[in-house]
Amino acid sequence: MQFGRYVLLMQRVFAVPQRWSMFFKQVVQEIYKLGVDSVGIVIFISVFIGAVITMQVSLNINSPLIPSFTVGFITREVILLEFSSSIMCLILAGKVGSNIASELGTMRVTEQIDALEIMGVNSANYLILPKIVAFVLFVPVLVFFSMFFGILGGYFIGWFTSIISAETYEYGLQYWFSAKYIGYSILKSMVFAYIITSIASFFGYNVRGGALQVGKASTKSVVNSSVLILAADVLITLLLV
Amino acid sequence: MIEAKHLIKSFDGKKIIKDVSATFEKGKTNLVIGRSGSGKTVFMKLLIGLLAPDSGEILYDGRNLPSMNKNELNALRQEMGMLFQGSALFDSMTVMENVMFPLTMFTRETRQKQEKRAKFCLERVQLKDAADLYPGEISGGMMKRTAIARAIALNPQYLFCDEPNSGLDPKTSLLIDDLIHDITQEYNMTTVINTHDMNSVMNIGDKIIFIYEGKKEWEGTKDEIMSSENKKLNDFLFASDLFRKVRELEQ
Ligand SMILES: Nc1ncnc2c1ncn2[C@@H]1O[C@H](COP(=O)(O)OP(=O)(O)O)[C@@H](O)[C@H]1O
Ligand SMILES: [Mg+2]
Repeated sequence: MQFGRYVLLMQRVFAVPQRWSMFFKQVVQEIYKLGVDSVGIVIFISVFIGAVITMQVSLNINSPLIPSFTVGFITREVILLEFSSSIMCLILAGKVGSNIASELGTMRVTEQIDALEIMGVNSANYLILPKIVAFVLFVPVLVFFSMFFGILGGYFIGWFTSIISAETYEYGLQYWFSAKYIGYSILKSMVFAYIITSIASFFGYNVRGGALQVGKASTKSVVNSSVLILAADVLITLLLV
Repeated sequence: MIEAKHLIKSFDGKKIIKDVSATFEKGKTNLVIGRSGSGKTVFMKLLIGLLAPDSGEILYDGRNLPSMNKNELNALRQEMGMLFQGSALFDSMTVMENVMFPLTMFTRETRQKQEKRAKFCLERVQLKDAADLYPGEISGGMMKRTAIARAIALNPQYLFCDEPNSGLDPKTSLLIDDLIHDITQEYNMTTVINTHDMNSVMNIGDKIIFIYEGKKEWEGTKDEIMSSENKKLNDFLFASDLFRKVRELEQ
């Protein structure tokens, strides 16, 4: 039943904007609000996780049979294939998803959405489409930042500790590298970005009641989009690898 | 003129609006009064097509709203202005941008002409100095006035106000009432106002419809209301001590 209503909402969302100039202005605003505003947390988390993965891997494969550059290789694989797309998007589902759900939910309970409708504005299209377009377009930038700073986090371990040398780490990073992985990760993240924005919009837009319900919608959107991201992750991996 | 004919609306099997017919006249402030929860808001949302009735007709100068297609409805909506209970200003926009919004969305005028119109509307509600403030930075009365300016930006023929006085002090309430009343006459609009404020009833009740538990119980003018013998209406009116005393004095 929820799914049917989701499809109906998306049918209203994916319509031609009534005013293109307004639409582009909104997309730019949303890129700032949802995307640029998330750069800081993405960098912060990526550096730390990159560093920790490098440490964990090198401490755990301390075997004479495995060459030590494997550490850089594994760190790269984990960050490029899973962390910077899937895990990053799970984190963003919390930040971006709750932001969208509470904004739309508040607009619903304060009748701002009704005000749009009574003017003859397709409120779903006007409010939701710019968010989806903005985040799907900007998420590759976030993924790119995450990859760069995740790898950099590993370097820090090489530079500042004796767990692994920076040269060995770097050799591992370049070992059997294929740029295809980056494209694959970016593609995945765009699917996840669509999931995050559309699910959060669905729960926010359909709030009924007051501030309490807005909070609940925000929680629901985070939980549901996280589950869907994980399911989509498995599906995409099965299909593309 | 708006005519509602035999409107019925239920939610989850519970009838909220029970066969209400009413006529709202042009150039007049038509009041819909009743206790909280009597169905005023639902009734207004039916009138403006935000909710679909189970059955009944709503005629806007002869055009039946429930049987309109999307394009006809959107065209009609540009002839409507609405003042929501909580003002419903877009809180990410300034006062000026709020008033500009319907103009940029629906007119093909130049930016200059749109701004001129927006400034004119703001001046009409005496808010020119607040143009660059955000809704979070102004008082409740100013928010209501901004909402009025936004509602009249496109020169509507029909104006709807849901509890325009809720949350305002009595003096500001009077100001808002007078403003709505004056604008209605100036532009010869058909105005419908939901209220449970007795001051508004006596002040601007050109025509009054009393709703009780989803039914129309009484209709008349502000001059007739004090002498009405309808028991339910009197219970509603004279729930306020002040009004009981006024009535006793008059008699
Ligand atoms: N969307 C809805 N779904 C279910 N019940 C509703 C809905 N909207 C209003 N109601 C019910 O309709 C009744 C009338 O509400 P309302 O029109 O808001 O009253 P008023 O505006 O006169 O205070 C209330 O009992 C309310 O709970
Ligand atoms: Mg109400």
